[in-house]
Amino acid sequence: MSVDTATVKRVANLARIAVTEDDVSRMTGQLNTILGFVEQLNEVNVEGVEPMTSVTPMAMKKRQDVVNDGDKVADIVANAPTSEENFFVVPKVVE
Amino acid sequence: MTDLTALTIAEARDQLKAKAISATELTGAYIQAIENANEALNAYIVTTPEKALEMAKASDARLAAGNAGPLEGIPLGIKDLFGTEGVHTQAASHILDGFKPHYESTVTANLWADGAVMLGKLNMDEFAMGSSNESSYYGPVKNPWRAKGSNVDLVPGGSSGGSAAAVAARLCAGATATDTGGSIRQPAAFTGTVGIKPTYGRCSRWGVVAFASSLDQAGPIARDVRDAAIMLKSMASVDAKDTTSVDIAVPDYEAVIGKPLAGIKIGIPKEYRVDGMPEEIEKLWQQGISWLKDAGATIVDISLPHTKYALPAYYIVAPAEASSNLARYDGVRYGLRVPGRDIVDMYENTRAKGFGEEVKRRIMIGTYVLSAGYYDAYYLQAQKVRTLIKKDFEDVFHAGIDAILTPATPSAAFGIADQEMNSDPVKMYLNDIFTVTVNMAGLPGIAVPAGLDSRGLPLGLQLIGRPFDEETLFQTAYVIEQAAGKFNAPKWW
Repeated sequence: MSVDTATVKRVANLARIAVTEDDVSRMTGQLNTILGFVEQLNEVNVEGVEPMTSVTPMAMKKRQDVVNDGDKVADIVANAPTSEENFFVVPKVVE
Repeated sequence: MTDLTALTIAEARDQLKAKAISATELTGAYIQAIENANEALNAYIVTTPEKALEMAKASDARLAAGNAGPLEGIPLGIKDLFGTEGVHTQAASHILDGFKPHYESTVTANLWADGAVMLGKLNMDEFAMGSSNESSYYGPVKNPWRAKGSNVDLVPGGSSGGSAAAVAARLCAGATATDTGGSIRQPAAFTGTVGIKPTYGRCSRWGVVAFASSLDQAGPIARDVRDAAIMLKSMASVDAKDTTSVDIAVPDYEAVIGKPLAGIKIGIPKEYRVDGMPEEIEKLWQQGISWLKDAGATIVDISLPHTKYALPAYYIVAPAEASSNLARYDGVRYGLRVPGRDIVDMYENTRAKGFGEEVKRRIMIGTYVLSAGYYDAYYLQAQKVRTLIKKDFEDVFHAGIDAILTPATPSAAFGIADQEMNSDPVKMYLNDIFTVTVNMAGLPGIAVPAGLDSRGLPLGLQLIGRPFDEETLFQTAYVIEQAAGKFNAPKWW
């Protein structure tokens, strides 16, 4: 399978990365090189093979459903580019 | 007085305990070494000399009081991927501009609890995506090694290129690193250092910036096998904060060093003999086989039939996980924000400006293979192939193999801004052809220096072990190290 420029634009939009026309033409070539490389996986017979979900055979650990952390609003917003009164500030969103 | 930075961790530890040197002196020597060398090598992004001296002073007090930890007073470099409280943590990316976490990663917290001293944060490929350390926002790291009679700058490998270069150039006693597809072992091989990627689940991933969560694992890069064993003992732990942390006590890895290899079965996989592999790598591999045979190990030819599919499967699984993990960088909660017309425009501008080329490429591939209509063809297929790769290893271990010997990389270090590597992303990806299988199967793997090529550049061998059997790797790697000797980069910087 290979991608065209329209697909690359659609994927960039899904990934929320702004792209110029130059970016799109360069990325299309590079993505097709990579997709060409991974194509060989289709040779593998995977009939009856389960997809891997966990690399180590272990039951997922579950923690107790209790509050064990909190009261650190200042820590949480400390690295925000813009914050006000414990809120992250973003451009106005009107739907 | 001898140069204190020449001491290994084990040697420094003994001298500190004997009060022959102080942690403050040792730390001071490293601070000076970094000051002299870092402009040339670019191994550190940020240094923390004041913090280091403060920690060293505390170490001296504990040494004097007789309650020293296992790494008391040992100065370490920390890869920029590890969250360090109040200190630059940006995964060498522009998008995390100014980020200073209000928490400490479990691995680094373990090191400080054992008495280690932090010298600063080490350069790396952006978000650990790369094999040459050239994708860093902070510029490439130079390998302390150069070919004989040449002044051409070489890459230290990646993504833990800063860690490997700093260890090789003696700008720290040891360094933390991470490995998603070979990012500890390939730079270790390129710099004549020892690097181990432990079993998935051995070191906590908590507080480490995520790249591909099912593959990422932290480990040390050190000057020799013993030092790597000492560091891993401190880095590894059972951590409730990481649900994939495995509930197995951490053994004393150093205790196995020097144990004879009698009874150990080493597998030699025929699939690791790839087309176009330099003669020198093949020779090195044969040399390694005879060293282990001489030490009493039994050598067995084995087959890992799905080896060639590990790298293509990796380039679906890792970007898919990365595209999901890196969705969090949106200019809202931390790091860079580039304004836009509306919120979506702000996201898109921030991510366009904040991510470098390689990171964007992987996010795009990951987004594509997870998108509607392609998930089964790519992602599901890759995860099934991954099951088969793991089964290959399970079969040989089941048949009695204790460890597998392979080359660590298909070549020695290459030049910075190498034309061929930079024009074709897949060429760069092929650097990890021998290491990536290990991540796909969650196994431990160690790279150990085994010789120099005809140009005088280091080459490494890799040993792959059973899950949670890092001990056999240290034991066997030590035999290779004893036979091969240690390699130091002649100082030019």
